[in-house]
Amino acid sequence: MSDNKKTYWKGIEQLSNDPEFIKNADKEFPEFLPTEQNSEEGGGSNRRDFLKMMGFGIAAVSLAACEAPIRKAIPYVNKPVDVDPGVPNYYATTYVNGGDVCSIVVKTREGRPIKIEGNKSSKITQGATNAQVQASVLTLYDNERLRGPKIAQKNAKWADLDKEVINKLNSVAAKGGQIKIVSNTITSPTTLKVIEDFKAKYPTTELVTYDAVSSDGILKANEESFGQRVLPSYDFSKADVIVSFGADFLGTWISPVEYTKQYSKTRKLGPDKKTMSRHYQFESNLSLTGSNADYRYPVKPSESGKLVVELYNALGNKKSSNEGINKAAADLKKARGKSLVVSGSNDPAVQVMVNAINNLLGSYGKTVDISTPSNYRKGDDSAMKRFVADAKSGRVGAVIFYNCNPLYNYAGAAELKEALSKVSVKLSTADRPDETAIASDYVAPDHHFLESWNDAEPKKGSYTLTQPTITPIFKTRQAQESLMTWAGVAEPDYYTYLVNAWKALGVNDIDEVLYEGVYETSKSLTDAVEETVSTTSFNGNISAASQKIAKNYKGSGVELAIYQKVGIGDGSQANNPWLQELPDPVSKSTWDNYLTVSKKWASDNDLSSSQGECNKAKLTVNGKSVTVPILIQPGQAEGTVGLALGYGRTSAGKVADGRGVDAYPFVNLLNGTNSYDVFSGVTIEILPERYQIAQTQMHQTYMGREGVIQESVLSEYQKDPFAGRYRPQIADWREESGSTPAGALSLWKGHEYNNHHWGMAIDLNSCTGCSACVISCHSENNVPVVGRQEVINKRDMHWMRIDRYYSSDAAPDDLKGLEEAAANPEVTFQPMMCQHCNNAPCETVCPVAATSHSTEGLNQMVYNRCIGTRYCANNCPYKVRRFNWFKYHDNGNFENINTAMNSDLGKMVLNPDVTVRSRGVMEKCSMCVQRIQYGKLEAKKEGRRPNDGDINTACASACPSDAIVFGDMKDENSRIYQLLKIKDTEIDYITETEIHEPRAYHVLEEIGVKPNITYLTKIRNKDLKDHKA
Amino acid sequence: MAQKISLKSVFLALVLLSSFLFSYSSQAQEATEEAATEAPAEGGSNAPSEVPTDEARISEGKSLFDSNCKTCHRVHEKLVGPALKNVYNRAPSIDWIVNFVHNSSKVIASGDDYANKLYKEYNQTQMTAFPSFSKDEILSILGYIKQQTDKGPEVAAAAQPAAGAGDAAQSGSAIPEGYLNAIMIGLIVVLVLILVVLLLITTVLRKYLNQRTDLDEDDAELVNAQFSLSSTVKSTPFIFIVTFLFAAIAFKVVINNLFAVGIQQGYAPKQPIAFSHKIHAGQYEIDCNYCHTGVRKSRSANIPSPNICMNCHSAVKTESPEIQKIYAAIENDKPIEWVRIHNLPDLSYFNHSQHVKVGGIECQTCHGEIQEMEVVHQEALLTMGWCIDCHRKTDVNTKGNEYYDNLVELHNAESKDALKVENIGGLECAKCHY
Repeated sequence: MSDNKKTYWKGIEQLSNDPEFIKNADKEFPEFLPTEQNSEEGGGSNRRDFLKMMGFGIAAVSLAACEAPIRKAIPYVNKPVDVDPGVPNYYATTYVNGGDVCSIVVKTREGRPIKIEGNKSSKITQGATNAQVQASVLTLYDNERLRGPKIAQKNAKWADLDKEVINKLNSVAAKGGQIKIVSNTITSPTTLKVIEDFKAKYPTTELVTYDAVSSDGILKANEESFGQRVLPSYDFSKADVIVSFGADFLGTWISPVEYTKQYSKTRKLGPDKKTMSRHYQFESNLSLTGSNADYRYPVKPSESGKLVVELYNALGNKKSSNEGINKAAADLKKARGKSLVVSGSNDPAVQVMVNAINNLLGSYGKTVDISTPSNYRKGDDSAMKRFVADAKSGRVGAVIFYNCNPLYNYAGAAELKEALSKVSVKLSTADRPDETAIASDYVAPDHHFLESWNDAEPKKGSYTLTQPTITPIFKTRQAQESLMTWAGVAEPDYYTYLVNAWKALGVNDIDEVLYEGVYETSKSLTDAVEETVSTTSFNGNISAASQKIAKNYKGSGVELAIYQKVGIGDGSQANNPWLQELPDPVSKSTWDNYLTVSKKWASDNDLSSSQGECNKAKLTVNGKSVTVPILIQPGQAEGTVGLALGYGRTSAGKVADGRGVDAYPFVNLLNGTNSYDVFSGVTIEILPERYQIAQTQMHQTYMGREGVIQESVLSEYQKDPFAGRYRPQIADWREESGSTPAGALSLWKGHEYNNHHWGMAIDLNSCTGCSACVISCHSENNVPVVGRQEVINKRDMHWMRIDRYYSSDAAPDDLKGLEEAAANPEVTFQPMMCQHCNNAPCETVCPVAATSHSTEGLNQMVYNRCIGTRYCANNCPYKVRRFNWFKYHDNGNFENINTAMNSDLGKMVLNPDVTVRSRGVMEKCSMCVQRIQYGKLEAKKEGRRPNDGDINTACASACPSDAIVFGDMKDENSRIYQLLKIKDTEIDYITETEIHEPRAYHVLEEIGVKPNITYLTKIRNKDLKDHKA
Repeated sequence: MAQKISLKSVFLALVLLSSFLFSYSSQAQEATEEAATEAPAEGGSNAPSEVPTDEARISEGKSLFDSNCKTCHRVHEKLVGPALKNVYNRAPSIDWIVNFVHNSSKVIASGDDYANKLYKEYNQTQMTAFPSFSKDEILSILGYIKQQTDKGPEVAAAAQPAAGAGDAAQSGSAIPEGYLNAIMIGLIVVLVLILVVLLLITTVLRKYLNQRTDLDEDDAELVNAQFSLSSTVKSTPFIFIVTFLFAAIAFKVVINNLFAVGIQQGYAPKQPIAFSHKIHAGQYEIDCNYCHTGVRKSRSANIPSPNICMNCHSAVKTESPEIQKIYAAIENDKPIEWVRIHNLPDLSYFNHSQHVKVGGIECQTCHGEIQEMEVVHQEALLTMGWCIDCHRKTDVNTKGNEYYDNLVELHNAESKDALKVENIGGLECAKCHY
């Protein structure tokens, strides 16, 4: 059939048939293999080396035969009751990083947290996580963390620090000098209570809240529209039409974990639900959210504000010049009360217009809930500006930087640094000597959140508790406890304080709440009078807002849109190598930030790019300039460039320092709030110097085979559930029709599965490409980090990758169409890992049978048997096998890259149930066989069959959109059995697990390898005429 | 020629004898196995109304007693705690016993006379609290104690070795050493006799042939051939045989040694504390679970932490210098660094609970007669061959485990043999290597 005539391409190189790309496309491994790094002649090993190695080897073997090393078995002195060595414990706690909150469950082994899962009891996140949450467990074991308090950058004792700080604070307070506590958004009501107590002791104290990426615009707009400075709760799951103006709500905007969960519910399709939401995105950079949109319109930042006004007018039947706005308006009108309009802009005027639109559409009380405000962002840009001015004028006597790093992530960092010289007492609670801590007189390092007691109130009435999952590793102290000590609070520690505070919520036994980790109540922790929001009475000044927009939004020349990457975010976890090596879902680049430019701009400026290598550019914005590599990004709005925050750290640690450039200085002020868009004054000078960005996008290509991505549009799917399916046929004389499905013929007899048959289904329609699964897999399976250079050498080790395909209808030789294609392509994400083929090509070529098939449908890889011929990888049609080119653990060359395997501290994060692989062996996805074995054993111990859901792979459990479903395909009660509509049939001695779900397909079905991983077609909610088919 | 004949016969005799030997040994083994049977005795009558007497309750009580109480209490002798015979009559009331078991310190603190008397009598050692026991469970234990009390000490003592005998029988070498020596000596005597007889025959034959005159020269030479050492040594067959034997032995030695690389069978290092399993597991019959707490729930059996030792040793043998080491460890908060004996390579995953709890395997199957060991040594080979061999031979413990129901049904439809570990994927790589 194959009515799908689209060209799929992974990058510009493939689209333009770059010779370098073609050369590498059909090779599993790059030709040049420099594995000898220290060889002086550069010639690799010679005969002498070989003999030396032989001699040493024989000596080593004979020595080993003489006496084995003595190994110790050391029990606890006093075994804790709850800890049994070898048995994992799970604790419900909460991830908190600035204003980001996520309820999680932490898996600990022998008292060490090793893995983070979502907490299903939370009604907000519903068990979802994202890449940053998953990776935060490695930050706990970061070697850069401070070992104890510091006075004037010298190690000190807590008692000395307390004495000095109390003296200084008292003298400042006595003189009536201002004390400022500078912080990112605090979502913890108990922490706020502690700060109130601190204020009681030092009455001149003021809390100044700012956010690295501010949402002050929304807060201000709601203050104007509803009289409440609050962030509403959004519910994407109730929206049939979603319009987003530059809000990357699936990737980085406010609470992406929660929104992804909600959004994915509207994207599920099945026999009982044949409708899905329609998503419009107007944006400059191709974001993760834009990649998932049904209709995406690249617009300049200076236009986006005006488009919001135009959409408002279009809803009142005034046609816009932008066809997208007209189309969106028509759909919005049809979906009154079931629509949601959001904007990523931090301009209060724009947000007032957005409020007006949502009000007009009747969204309040339905998809936008202003009476249940969220607490994720409370940062006040003007308050922060005032603080800097106060400090500059010498009015501030002391400043406490509570878990924040404004000297890096505040837009006016340079100004603040200058102003701080006038402040006599500077104290930071940073966990590491970061940019702010090294400029402070005192550092009172806080615990990592996994060592802390705390609470958080992400939304009004929804509480979630943080409990320690490990004894503090270093001599750090919880920041709240420090504040309590300085304020002379009666409670001996923060835990007691918290327990007492929670009595106000009606919780007398906190252990009961700790079990679930979350608690909902209408009571409030503070005794303050409850302010109720007058529900939906919109009171904003629309004309004033639109006038401001008309005045402010004037672009000239190239415009800059500053964004966050899904992995690194605002840069607070930049020293986490898992996040650094996580390929950006859209650009597929690692370890760097870069200037994203459009294909048109690149060809106008004669830029050529190959394998991520391109010229560097000098970017100058209003006098400040940086040198940054260029990346040609399809989908980038013409006349715009993009640059990510979170890079260019100078004092974050060995992993992050010097990676990329710092984009915070380019954040400017617009209409009283921080603006992450620059409309004018941007100049780009292309430098002759070339730089290669470590991209994974061009690795492992399929060379244009059909049936990898199968997609259709909603209307076609409603007519025929098989829409978009590619069903390859083979000529067969036995059939009346003369042909038979490609999979029906096989040389092999197939496998009989008596016990279990593990399988996985991946719904391409709900997968947003967020990459939580990639980090989850990293963490569960001890996957090494290889570093920038090795990624360039195409030796990344991710067991699971998310393939990102651009698609368009232009033929590769159609130059004009090609340029259009690159202007705004459709994007499809496809998670790709070992497909656990029933007729696995890798198994048949291994000379030592190191990879074989199990009776439960798994393709097993035995590291200690592997001799590293790499035949299997060469024979794998899915290109999912990874070869250990180096010993990545205990190797000085990877010390500052693969931190999880190169120090005693880092190694604490390793999963003790999974072997750390050594040099020269092949590895790949094992379908989390250790979890399968564990789940089976638990069931056997209880004398029952495993229940569906008892066993889940790391990727599936991390997925915030439930796109990955894992289970036993023999178990009729399992979700996967029902989702895929499985029937077991026997054809010609081949026992087949027949899948009857129309949307289900196997990648490369025609080669007959019969994978146990099934994909469900991607369905776009587009009109047929707009579908590029 | 005569030489050849004699060699052959000697070889034959050897083969015959060795096969005889093997059959003898296996018979001996069977005989020992038959010996190990014992039927449980019936419980007595006229019990106080609350202490149960039915079989099920008593056997429940026995297993509870063995795994929880036995470390400190015996029915007929005083150990860490008092001998428990007649405790149901001796103690103030049944409810008092229940309270005391649940939380002895509470009873003592309440000023109870009897409890305080006990407390003083036993060096102020407190009994471990068992708050999780239900009253019924405690009554079951009392039922068992009553049964044992009624039986009297002799009967109980006789029953114990019988229970252990079953395990002892399965360990191969059943022939006593003395027999083996006698057989060997007999064998050598027989061989020497055969040699003498053969020599006699050749001499007689040669004499007879020399008497004959019709022999031609060649034959005569053959009959009277002088045995020449130098010519034999230089002959091609001899050189070939010697070279072959040498090469074969050398090859065998090399292969054996290579296979032995990393194998530590018999490894019995000196431990920091001279702990004797013979005393604890053998003499006092402390359940393995009591100290190795993880064996039924975890991949590792767990080496007990000093606080478990202190359950008894806070009162028992406090003066011993070895026990003092435990006190020192606790005082200094320094763990005891035992030397690891069983070192499975990191690349293989082994789980105790799978084998002990699910599989129902006895500790002794892999660890040998641990209750006899003064110093623990590595009994098993711990090679992959050893694992696989057991997985091929062992039946899956499917009884009462719903997990296996369908598998057993499918297996029985195809095969008459019992379901082995091998049949459910027990030989697959990723069962142990991941």
